[in-house]
Amino acid sequence: MKFIAALIVTALLSFAGSLFFPWWIIAVAAFIVSVFIHQKALLAFITGFLALFLLWGIQSFYIDYTNDHLLATKIANVLPLGGNYILLIFITALVGGLVGGMAALTGSFTRLSSNQSREIL
Amino acid sequence: MRIVSFIICAAITVALIIVLNIQIPTGESKTPCLGAFLSPQNGFWQNAEAANTDFNADLKLAGLQGKAEVYFDERLVPHVYADNDHDAYFIQGYLHAKFRLWQMEFQTHAAAGRLSEILGAKSGSSDFLAIDKMFRRLGMVYGAEQSLKAMESNPVSKATADAYTAGVNSYINALPANKYPLEYKLLNYKPEPWNNLKTQLFLKYMSFDLAGGDWDFEMTNAKNIFSAADIEMLYPMVADSLDPIVPKGTAFPQAGVTVSKPSSADSLYYNVLDSIQAPFINRPDRDNGSNNWAVAGTKTKSGAPILCNDPHLGLNLPAIWYEMQISTPNFNAYGVTFPGSPSIIIGFNDSCAWGVTNASRDVKDYFEIEFRDTTMQEYKFNGQWQKSTFRKEVIKVKDGSEVVENIAMTVFGPVMYDRHYANKFKDNKSYAVRWQAHESTDEGSTFYKLNRAKNFNDFIGAISTFGCPGQNFLFASKRGTVAIRQQGRFVAKWRRQGDFVMPGIDSSYMWKAYIPIDENPTSVNPERGFVSSANQRPVDATYPYYMNGDFDLYRGMIINRKLNNMSAITPTDMQRLQTDNYNVFAETARPLLLKNIDDTRLTGEERDYLTKLRTWNLRNDINEEGPTIFAAWIDSLETAVWSDEFSQTQLPLRWPDEGTLVEALLRDSAFKFVDNIQTPAIETLPEICLQSFKLAYKQLKKLEGEQRLKWGKYKDTGVRHLLRLPALSKLHLPIGGGRHIINATKSTHGPGWRMIVHLTDKIEAYGIIPGGQSGNAGSKYYDDFIDTWAQGKYYTLLFLTHDEAKNNQQTKWKMTFSKA
Repeated sequence: MKFIAALIVTALLSFAGSLFFPWWIIAVAAFIVSVFIHQKALLAFITGFLALFLLWGIQSFYIDYTNDHLLATKIANVLPLGGNYILLIFITALVGGLVGGMAALTGSFTRLSSNQSREIL
Repeated sequence: MRIVSFIICAAITVALIIVLNIQIPTGESKTPCLGAFLSPQNGFWQNAEAANTDFNADLKLAGLQGKAEVYFDERLVPHVYADNDHDAYFIQGYLHAKFRLWQMEFQTHAAAGRLSEILGAKSGSSDFLAIDKMFRRLGMVYGAEQSLKAMESNPVSKATADAYTAGVNSYINALPANKYPLEYKLLNYKPEPWNNLKTQLFLKYMSFDLAGGDWDFEMTNAKNIFSAADIEMLYPMVADSLDPIVPKGTAFPQAGVTVSKPSSADSLYYNVLDSIQAPFINRPDRDNGSNNWAVAGTKTKSGAPILCNDPHLGLNLPAIWYEMQISTPNFNAYGVTFPGSPSIIIGFNDSCAWGVTNASRDVKDYFEIEFRDTTMQEYKFNGQWQKSTFRKEVIKVKDGSEVVENIAMTVFGPVMYDRHYANKFKDNKSYAVRWQAHESTDEGSTFYKLNRAKNFNDFIGAISTFGCPGQNFLFASKRGTVAIRQQGRFVAKWRRQGDFVMPGIDSSYMWKAYIPIDENPTSVNPERGFVSSANQRPVDATYPYYMNGDFDLYRGMIINRKLNNMSAITPTDMQRLQTDNYNVFAETARPLLLKNIDDTRLTGEERDYLTKLRTWNLRNDINEEGPTIFAAWIDSLETAVWSDEFSQTQLPLRWPDEGTLVEALLRDSAFKFVDNIQTPAIETLPEICLQSFKLAYKQLKKLEGEQRLKWGKYKDTGVRHLLRLPALSKLHLPIGGGRHIINATKSTHGPGWRMIVHLTDKIEAYGIIPGGQSGNAGSKYYDDFIDTWAQGKYYTLLFLTHDEAKNNQQTKWKMTFSKA
């Protein structure tokens, strides 16, 4: 349940943040969610990864579909991915996922570190 | 332990973001900033335009004065109906920016010598810094500033430019970063505000492209190895077979202005030996030119004139032209526009049509400057030391560094070459450039007036102030007039003035006077029933002024021959003529080649190629092999004739035109340059024809092995993105034609707009651009006309009244504009 909630909130926050901020706002979003909806490290990573993988993957898939694959095919030749638009969508999703996952993983370590500091006090 | 994990993960996350947020070098170029570029909400995905995009919009913009409606037809051509002229130009600026923003800024950056700023000093084999330096030192920005003064001193021109600029900026200011055109994202920079100087820079770019060529250094070098008589033979004034714009036999009035050569010309100019090392050469394409013609009602089926124009420029994406109709209570015009400049450039209105081809005359000369010392503070002029002024040009490079060019300014113009210029001459001499594009003239007003022209007098009035690049302005009206005038500010020159680098120590070699405008070559309603131009020399030798330039000989010849033989002409006939692939140069040269080859000395395989050439129908169609064989042989023959004499020096020289060689050989098969001066024997024409054919055969055999013998494959036409990215280009197009052919489509160059206007009561017009209306590679309107263009087909142009636009089946979207 927590997993699903964290996933949805991360995706929503990333989407909303990207309307106003540069692309890396997704890292901030995944990090914040991971701090406030705490999960174990692996699960946090998967949440952040999947949230952004899906957010970026679904958006790029939809845009590509309405565009008849026109631009993605061209960009997949510029980059160079042999003109494979599906691969470009996958890479887009993967980049989003990695940033989201790493940021969430980082966030998952914050609560324990503050616990520790409390113990020390 | 946890804190360590936190720090490590945080570091990795930050590092990942940093790597994704910078441009990573990959060999010759750099990647975009991948994070931003791939982000669906920020990056390139935002440029992927949905195939069913709805262009309807209701825009309320500050800066508009009234209301306007813009209807887009199914090809995305806008038809603008504005309450007043100001709003029409505002909207033109807005639409140019909406559909072509990156291109219009990139072209003006190039003109201003600012490519390094966005592309870096070097990328692969392209040296952008060298190109920037060349443009700065040529005085492109200086020239644009001069023209800006002229433009802004004319209240009408200024109001037009201001409205246009306001429209461009209205779009830019409201443009969020995620909607920047794709190229900004690829190269990681931002658009800057538009201004009137940028429009002038764009027009200077056209001046460079069309009137920026010269051979002064090469010709000066030629004096070292060739006698004056040789030079006349190699670079003749008038070709034997010239069919000029003003029909032969037309009497010219006596020159209104006379200039005489300086008394020192024989000792200091014609006969002086001088050697000049290669400057950095970024020469405009020699075949930048065009065809235009207008046939009078006497020759058409309908009785109404038909005007045709196809300007030839580099084939680029986004297309150089943007099609539109502009209608206000004061005028109603349709045609192609330059993103970056107001008005319709080539097109028609309710009364008449107009078109242009390049005059191709030499309007750029160099003067050798004698500075007092290396500080260049003073130079010798008319027996005194004259103070130079300096123009500081700062080139910002993408990596943050700055390169400063201090350019000395003289009475002649900017000192383009001196010891500080990286491509300085071996001899450390200094040369100032005098160029017509440095003059303070307002070219934009010509198009403003043409858009409103009602008759021939309006037309002449409109073009009379046009200075540079000189053009053959063509006109046809519903009332039946057909006319052409070569217009520009042309210097009255003494014989061979400006063909070589000139002495700059006094005023005796300076440009003294302009040819009076009404003495510019003109033809109005000639007896033959048509007027035409195709970059040929505009007049025969009886014209009372010296004329130098870089002219084409053959397109004009075939156009005039065909038009002479045509009657009851229809627009369909004109379409066929505009896309005709007949090679009149080969018609002239092939008999000469075939007459001089002894086929008993050929092998069987060689003879097969010769037979193919002999049976070729003289058409440069895509599936013909004859044109490839012909081209290879002529190239090889040129090398055989010229290379021995021309390799006497390492210095850059200009090879004579193909036409010059063929005419010389037709006149005299014992032409002295035929002999190879590097061998003791005296070669004859049959011998070098045989030799050159055997050499050509080797090349042809190789081409055949690569499946490239067919003309279409050999020529390999493509329309290339301005950044030369193949993925954003449209390459390997099946289209015939070529150099010296009416369908002047070469590999990277050709007719960028084909237009045919039938001046019946209700105007009937056809046109096509090798591109599309949108500059966005993510739009289906980016290159959607190219295949149709390659097939030689046309679109019917919708020239609609406001009411017709409202009800037309082919208008698909509507934008309304009103003041905020």
